[in-house]
Amino acid sequence: MNREEIYERLNEVFREVFDRDDITVSDETTAADVEGWDSLIHITLMDAVEEEFDIRFDMKTVVKLKNVGELVNAIERSI
Amino acid sequence: MQELQYPFDSRYIIKKKKAIKRQLLEQGGSFLDKRIAVLGGSTTHDVCAIMELFLLDQGIRPEFYECEYAQYWEDVMFDNPELVAFKPDIIYIHTSNRNIRQYPQLSMSGAEVDALLEADYDHFLKLWGKIENTYHCAVIQNNFEHPFYRLLGNADATDIHGRVSYINRLNEKFAAYAREHKDFFIQDINYLSAAYGLDKWSDPLYWHMYKYALSMEAIPTLAHNISNIIKSIYGKNKKALALDLDNTLWGGIVGDDGVENLEIGPETSMGQVYSEFQGYVKQLKDIGVILNVCSKNEEENAIAGLNHPDGVLKPDDFIMIKANWDPKSKNLADTASELNLLPESFVFVDDNPAEREIVRTQLNVVSPEIGSVEDYIRVIDHSGFFEVTNLSADDAKRNEMYKENAKRAQLEASFDNYGDYLVSLEMKGTIRGFEPIYMERIAQLSNKSNQFNLTTRRYTRAEIEEIAGSDEYIDIYGKLEDKFGDNGVVSVVIGHKNGDVLDMDLWIMSCRVLKRDMEFAMMDGLVHKAQEAGIKTIRGYYYPTPKNKMVMDFYGLMGFTLINEDDQGNRTWEFKVTDSYEDQNRYIAVNA
Repeated sequence: MNREEIYERLNEVFREVFDRDDITVSDETTAADVEGWDSLIHITLMDAVEEEFDIRFDMKTVVKLKNVGELVNAIERSI
Repeated sequence: MQELQYPFDSRYIIKKKKAIKRQLLEQGGSFLDKRIAVLGGSTTHDVCAIMELFLLDQGIRPEFYECEYAQYWEDVMFDNPELVAFKPDIIYIHTSNRNIRQYPQLSMSGAEVDALLEADYDHFLKLWGKIENTYHCAVIQNNFEHPFYRLLGNADATDIHGRVSYINRLNEKFAAYAREHKDFFIQDINYLSAAYGLDKWSDPLYWHMYKYALSMEAIPTLAHNISNIIKSIYGKNKKALALDLDNTLWGGIVGDDGVENLEIGPETSMGQVYSEFQGYVKQLKDIGVILNVCSKNEEENAIAGLNHPDGVLKPDDFIMIKANWDPKSKNLADTASELNLLPESFVFVDDNPAEREIVRTQLNVVSPEIGSVEDYIRVIDHSGFFEVTNLSADDAKRNEMYKENAKRAQLEASFDNYGDYLVSLEMKGTIRGFEPIYMERIAQLSNKSNQFNLTTRRYTRAEIEEIAGSDEYIDIYGKLEDKFGDNGVVSVVIGHKNGDVLDMDLWIMSCRVLKRDMEFAMMDGLVHKAQEAGIKTIRGYYYPTPKNKMVMDFYGLMGFTLINEDDQGNRTWEFKVTDSYEDQNRYIAVNA
């Protein structure tokens, strides 16, 4: 799976979790850029990403994530 | 919503919770509004968010209060004004083994461990006592899940220093407290976490990352379970089962294979698994679930199958046996109307997915995806349709009562004159002010009655006791016996005094005694009490719901005059109390 394909599926996850069809994320997107992305919904988001890609992040990975680009890197490493 | 029925996909619910909530609210319908304070020893945000979905699906619309992180004890003990102002209907204390303040040290003596246990227990005892005195509301308390590691290995369960042993002892103390206190319920997360898988339930990542006491994926299991306790408290349990026969209660098709070839009984593995399921269904009858058959069969074959010598269930265990070739949705609707129950009080159990789907879509009746025969018990059990919070003597007798009703219907058919039939019933009524032994049943009835219910107000046992002890109210219960048996407490009337006016808060009656003159006997009882109390006017109110149309003209029938009706259909009625009132009940010997 290349980054583009990962993004396609990742955007779908964001849209489902936030229940909004107009979200598109990119490497530079951070929590501040998406309305409602607080620490609480973040947990749901991580769970949904893990489910979508059938992977499991360990704690070391989760605590370091700074933006969506790093999340995609982590997905790439795990699949 | 089928997505919220056990066995549900937890990750789907977590991911789609915003969309699911939107859909549930769009579906509309009438909701029971309840204020729920969630006092956690860990993060509770998603516990509330997902609990809300399950509650909405059960017809309860919650408003939540969440304490600040892990302030479950302080909020109550120091009277957080926000919590006081919130006036909770239910307080849910969501604590876990992460909240046990001290565990035994290996160096401790037995007496020291005992003292520690008392101190840990006392911490909660103080909390519950304070809630009981301040909030008078129902309390749901988690017990403790087992620890995710065992320092002493298997001996952790036997050695007094082991955490498993310590938690077992604490849990037993919690259970003992629950046995002694009404309106106090234990949510058994010790069992839930074991059934779910303790390692997955207590994944430490969620504690250290987010301060959740359980993993995100376990939250729907917790939330579903708590919603079952809450809906049970408010009388929204399912009441009846409608069961298919072929390949549901036994293996094989009785019409094709013949009774002698059915798989039921100890001879084969398949026979054994169906026997175990029949045994489970029979146990459900013991807790008051009304059993019915809904099968596509010749009736003769259905009865022959149920009389199989190795069967646990016999024809006599069922109230209604519908075995014919009509659509099952029709048979189920007929059964419901003959029993004076709403179709939504039923759970339909059938091995055929197509039949399940028809009944779900035609009648909006719950029909679980029961899987293969070896899964039936687990799916029905974990669904929590019949969650027990207050098991009353009536529950155990309920099937008997419905059976008596069927006999009354037969007798009724044999009389040309309805009055002659009522005379032949030899009815005896007891109509009195609330009495301690019936408080539980009175509260239960106020929560279960939907159809014959003028105001649809719900009361907890504590509120009923308060009313019984106060001079501000006129409160009456009615009990009815006849030659076929005792119906128990079947009607409750509450009004509050306002000078010489009595404003009616509640008038309910169980539909199983409709058209027996009981409503007139209650009216007579109410007027007598009103006369004694110097009441000049009784004001009755009717608030329409989707379910209580049958009583929209009830007060008119009792002799009240309609004085107002607003555009919502809310009606106000008045009755002048005079000394010349003549009793209206003609067939029940009251307080004889």
